[in-house]
Amino acid sequence: MNSKVYSTKEEALRDIKSNSTIMSGGFGLCGIPENSIEHIATMNLTNLTVISNNIGNSGRGLVSWLKQNMIKKAICSYVGGNPDLEEKISNKEIEIELVPQGTFSEKIRAAGLGIRAFYTPTGYGTIIAEGKEVKEFDKPCILETAMHADYAIIKAQKGDPFGNLWFKETARNFSPLMAMAADLTIVEVEELVSLGEIPPEDIHLPGIFVQRIYQGSNYKNDIEFLREKE
Amino acid sequence: MPWTKEEMASYTSTLFKDGSSVNLGIGLPSLVADYLDVTKNIMIHSENGVLGVEGRPLKGKASPTLINAGKETISINQSASYFDSSLSFGMIRGGHLDYCVLGGMEVDINGNLANWMIPGKKLTGMGGAMDLVNGAKNIFVLMSHFNKDGDSKIVKSTKLPLTGVGVVNEIITDLGHFKVHNGRIEVAMLADGVIYNDCKFNF
Repeated sequence: MNSKVYSTKEEALRDIKSNSTIMSGGFGLCGIPENSIEHIATMNLTNLTVISNNIGNSGRGLVSWLKQNMIKKAICSYVGGNPDLEEKISNKEIEIELVPQGTFSEKIRAAGLGIRAFYTPTGYGTIIAEGKEVKEFDKPCILETAMHADYAIIKAQKGDPFGNLWFKETARNFSPLMAMAADLTIVEVEELVSLGEIPPEDIHLPGIFVQRIYQGSNYKNDIEFLREKE
Repeated sequence: MPWTKEEMASYTSTLFKDGSSVNLGIGLPSLVADYLDVTKNIMIHSENGVLGVEGRPLKGKASPTLINAGKETISINQSASYFDSSLSFGMIRGGHLDYCVLGGMEVDINGNLANWMIPGKKLTGMGGAMDLVNGAKNIFVLMSHFNKDGDSKIVKSTKLPLTGVGVVNEIITDLGHFKVHNGRIEVAMLADGVIYNDCKFNF
């Protein structure tokens, strides 16, 4: 059997090409695939479409791709907290598609699970609904379609050689959804564990959705806003 | 005297039923968490994937992977659970969440809400606001009564790009507590010493 385990991020990521669509997990800086983001930033890629909730934040994460003008189009739900993205948008240096966060999640989940489109009340009567089919159920809903990617880069706390994943606390967010929605899903983990070490009942994402996995290193796990009890 | 931000948050915290679930927006609404009566067992939901937010972690105990939607470190209670973003918004959109408190730029007499975008100004994105207002059972807007020009933010008809159509149930401002009902704004409570004319409604 061909192993899904790659010994280096260079090997795991080498097939990613310019002009492709890449999903990147994480909410703000929580749960972002730090190693993959850093390495892809060195691969001289251009014209990328990037699907990620925040496209980096606070000058970190995917902001390194923004600064190198690697991103042609960004699809996200929130720009606040990301001054580098704000600047690119106001200078019209990037194409931006804002998607309400629940619709964003569901478009990604739908893509992974074979649902082509769905009706949702979110966005009805707003600029998000412009050009979309409206249908009346108990209340008016708009038609949203599934959102795929060529690649997903994902970080999990633990993963095994089959690609079964376990996420820590709120670091899960969009990651398992994105892993399902891409043709090639590349996962980095803080702990690459043996088969069976994650009990089957506790697997958050079955490995069938994962094509490549590697042991990451030097995680910063940045906190954006430290709040503590006095 | 108009209410302070703390008084607005404290007043809002009394409006939730025992055992209910609440999503608190970024900014002023997040202050409400500090005033919740612990004996009411209210479950705070944060859309990045946690139900059962307790508050701030003890000094030195913050985890970088445990945050709320404002990207602040949090602690959780004993009933808490974590989940992915799709399930999180499923809870919202599916009508399982009792209350959502969020900020506002304009609310009109039909419950239309604008709170995410001012044309020509810096773009921040809607985040989860459009999903929340179309999902949670009760939508409360917590905002200053007047805009920078001194005009009431409760208006006859919203002008700014909408977040949701006919979604707002109740409004809490520094001047009082108002309910949106059948195309009218009803006064539920005014801050001590505030009279109706102080609200400068121009319906």
